[in-house]
Amino acid sequence: MSSNLSFDSFSTAIAGSHAGPKKLTQTPVTTGTSVLAVKFNGGVAFGADTLGSYGSLARFRNCERLLKINESTMIGCMGDYADFQHLKDIIEQMAIDDLCKDDNITLSPRSLHSWLTRVLYNKRSKMDPLWTTVVVGGIEKGEGFLGFVDKLGTAYKDPIIATGYGSMIATPLMRNAWRPDLTQAEAVKMVEDSMRVMFYRDARAFHKYHLGIVTADGCQIQGPLEVQPDWSIASLISGYE
Amino acid sequence: MSSIGTGYDLSASQFSPDGRVFQVEYAQKAIENSGTAIGLRGKNGVVFAMEKLVTSKLYEPGANRRLFGIDRHIGMAVGGLLADARQIVETSRKESSNYRAEYGGDVPLRYLTDRVAGYIHAYTLYSAVRPFGCAVILGSQEPTGPSMYMIDPSGVYYGYKGCAIGKAKQAAKTEMEKLEFSNMNIRELVKEAAKIIYMVHDEVKDKAFELELSWVGEDTNGLHQRVPDDIFAEAETFAKNSLKEDSDSEIDES
Repeated sequence: MSSNLSFDSFSTAIAGSHAGPKKLTQTPVTTGTSVLAVKFNGGVAFGADTLGSYGSLARFRNCERLLKINESTMIGCMGDYADFQHLKDIIEQMAIDDLCKDDNITLSPRSLHSWLTRVLYNKRSKMDPLWTTVVVGGIEKGEGFLGFVDKLGTAYKDPIIATGYGSMIATPLMRNAWRPDLTQAEAVKMVEDSMRVMFYRDARAFHKYHLGIVTADGCQIQGPLEVQPDWSIASLISGYE
Repeated sequence: MSSIGTGYDLSASQFSPDGRVFQVEYAQKAIENSGTAIGLRGKNGVVFAMEKLVTSKLYEPGANRRLFGIDRHIGMAVGGLLADARQIVETSRKESSNYRAEYGGDVPLRYLTDRVAGYIHAYTLYSAVRPFGCAVILGSQEPTGPSMYMIDPSGVYYGYKGCAIGKAKQAAKTEMEKLEFSNMNIRELVKEAAKIIYMVHDEVKDKAFELELSWVGEDTNGLHQRVPDDIFAEAETFAKNSLKEDSDSEIDES
């Protein structure tokens, strides 16, 4: 198509050399939907459902999208699942290298967030992005840390982070309920409630999810847990037949 | 015992008339000057113990460690020139990482040992380089059980139940042969290993040393790690007490 031709030459000019296959901005293939995360007094809690969608097909129903990196760091990933697996391999090797060196310096959430920001931004600047949005969280210098990086390299830190549809559906709900002295139990309830609303409203969501919690005692991922939906409220929604 | 290889010992690419490569033999000599390192393969794991000689009071404790982790599940103890050994550690780590990237799992110890031995052997083939002046002991807990290999500067490796390198390797081997360690678990082995190091340490020639202990086994879930502080303290006390008992009993006998 003629419009593509001009776009082709534009990206090649930016990409520079012609070595290897032409890499253009992709379309994602198997995707995960939103990741939610909230910082509480003493740590962070993550939620991400276990669906790998193939377009509109709910294809892979047991995809773990949360990754434990070490006892103080965890990430959750949305977007192309293959890109997540690629990042997972690289980050896991970084964690192994830390273990081997055994010098009390390990990947911290802040340094991982910074690294991811640089990698994703530089890839996007070559018009060859990793089509993922990553939430990085954990314990940094004794306090909870939560950071966001998307495929453009946009990065920020906030006590409440939700990606994709979650940013529109879950973020307002979480912001209403959040307090700086939130307890772990309240944070977990907030994630559970938000996962339920996401399942009601996001057409690419699923009723099973993983729950990740990082505290000073360590990092653990629970699941798959199940959303307990209450469809009786459906009749109250206007337009319901 | 040591022969002079006059003329035939200048490069690793030369044989002597009686079929020896002297450079490789000289490399093996380099290891005999370093502190003793032992590896013991027990029933459910492998234990490494090291006599790390401290030549100056000004060094920080824990400086110049000689026990390394190669991957999550493999440990390496080295003897000989430390700088050469660090190169081998780096190479082993890269090999292990490449294997993980290609085959998606932990590298089997015998595969890694074969690759690293091939690398070490390559440095014995050319006059442009010198052989590595160090020997390495590798250990891991595999699904089939614990395994341990030692590679020497010639690139040759053997699997061992127990092995020792360094100054007091002969004395250490003698002590090892007295023990039935193939049936011991790593908690007991760690104490025996510490005891052997303390026994073979020569108080006259080398004053200070630091004991290094690491292990990998079923009890550590296949992870190689330095022995935790409390178990380390227990092993060191056991070793020191055994020494005292032996010397006390010698006094009684005379």
